[in-house]
Amino acid sequence: MNRHRLRRWLGRTGLYASVILLVSPAVLFFLWMLSLSLKNELDNTAYPPVFIPHPPTLANFVDVFEKNDFLTYTINSVIVSFSATGLALLLGVPAGYGIAKAKATKAAALILVARVTPGLSYLIPLFLMFQWLGMIGTLTPLVITHLVITVPIVVWIMIGFFEGLPGELEEAALVDGATIWQAFLHVAMPLARPGIMVAMILSFIFSWNNFIFGVVLAGRTTRTLPVAVYNVLTFEQISWGPLAAAALVVTAPVLLLTLLMQKEIVAGLTAGGVKGG
Amino acid sequence: MSATAATTLLRPDARRGRAYARHYWAFAVPAATVVLLVILFPWIFTVFMSLHDWKVTGATPFVGLANYAKMLQDERFLWAIVRTVWFTIGTVVAPMLLGVWAAVCFASNFRLRGLARTLFVLPMMATPVAIALVWTMMFHPQLGVLNYLLTSVGLPPSSWVYDSSTVIPTLVMVETWQWTPLVMLIVLGGIASLPLEPYEAAILDGASAWQMFRHITLPLVWPFIMVAAVIRLIDALKTFDTIYVITLGGPGTSSETLNILLYQTAFAYYDLGYGSAIVVVFFLLILLISLLLLRVRQREAWR
Repeated sequence: MNRHRLRRWLGRTGLYASVILLVSPAVLFFLWMLSLSLKNELDNTAYPPVFIPHPPTLANFVDVFEKNDFLTYTINSVIVSFSATGLALLLGVPAGYGIAKAKATKAAALILVARVTPGLSYLIPLFLMFQWLGMIGTLTPLVITHLVITVPIVVWIMIGFFEGLPGELEEAALVDGATIWQAFLHVAMPLARPGIMVAMILSFIFSWNNFIFGVVLAGRTTRTLPVAVYNVLTFEQISWGPLAAAALVVTAPVLLLTLLMQKEIVAGLTAGGVKGG
Repeated sequence: MSATAATTLLRPDARRGRAYARHYWAFAVPAATVVLLVILFPWIFTVFMSLHDWKVTGATPFVGLANYAKMLQDERFLWAIVRTVWFTIGTVVAPMLLGVWAAVCFASNFRLRGLARTLFVLPMMATPVAIALVWTMMFHPQLGVLNYLLTSVGLPPSSWVYDSSTVIPTLVMVETWQWTPLVMLIVLGGIASLPLEPYEAAILDGASAWQMFRHITLPLVWPFIMVAAVIRLIDALKTFDTIYVITLGGPGTSSETLNILLYQTAFAYYDLGYGSAIVVVFFLLILLISLLLLRVRQREAWR
């Protein structure tokens, strides 16, 4: 009995130690990011490093918006991510339904291939195409290329969700004389609302985080936030405070969304194994 | 299962339901159109360009397979492949080991589990560019916090990404930090779906936690581990943001992977023909691995 209790106690201690060991790199990283963004330049370049900002200053954040025009870039990011996500839902939810219902394995495979192809490999032809169309320097090419990320995510998640729904309700509707479009719109769609939520959140996050399309396609005024924050580095080599503040501004919406919607996000990621880009 | 199948067969309207199957294609048409335009067109056009000497301006003469032949003699390209393999092995193995460990931990009940899991998942949701910039600051050889931490526990400082011998392991560390959560989530999903009976029986038989993991969890969760491994493999090959932001392939070309070389060739040197040829080879590689993924996945999805 005693040995048993000792083993239990060791197991619990090991578990807590493991969790702390696993979680601390993430926690310490984000705390350090916060610390960098709240310190003045003197403290940021001090050695040994100053860990707790004293006194904390918001000057870096003011700097980011005043000197680097982050307001424009934020608006750009919002427009691009919302448009790309909205369009992807409009196209992807019915597509996921159709593929799941028709058990179209080949179509699903195509979507999967689209999802795993490196974003960079679309960019050469698309770059040329947008150049010919004279669209470089507007937000349209960014929205269109972001569809490359968002559509496969939405379709992939929705296939999984619609496959998991029981078909009886729609069949009943069909027997009662509904068209398949009505069965989809009034029966399947409301049932799949949690799935749509998951698809929307993940597609938004991966569009927001995307860097590679913006780097090639964005002009000076059409930068999205990830591109803008990268440019803070190249022009102000060692000013760490504003750089950390800018990085925090870029990633804060996504982190907040993760904290608030963790259940949905975990469900979606577990089901789809999705990553953008 | 067979009972429902039988009733479906007996119901007269079942055939009508099946006749609808063809119409379901209509739902996929708009998405298919976009996929064709934005995804399939670039693929075909890339193959076309790879057969030409294509710079951004000027004539684009047809050169056949010359771009592909050039690849075989291009030392920079061949080295990029070696580095990509080396980087990929690191960024698959480390997150897999840590991810499975984390999944086992997060599968057991403990206080604040939800919060701990959310915090653990944060790195993979955060914007990679923003994260990479903060790592860059931490790697600073004189003022960086990491070297301070190393020296304060008595270890020698590292040159992190500023030396060709340490740059790839350092980048592997960043990627591991960021993508272990994805492995954890997939494997955790697997563990959550396991039946409880084998564990109950094992506890009665006095099995240790390790024995239960080794002989029950691991074999049953293996398909999920395989899915996670293939996804990680594909993502590792595609890594761009982290390397681009932290080192841009440097110092020199010592962290230049295939994806970075591709970017440089196409958008720094504007050699679009050769860049396209690299894309084609890269794409075939990814396609091969995707087929592997589909085989693994299909076994559970479309039994």
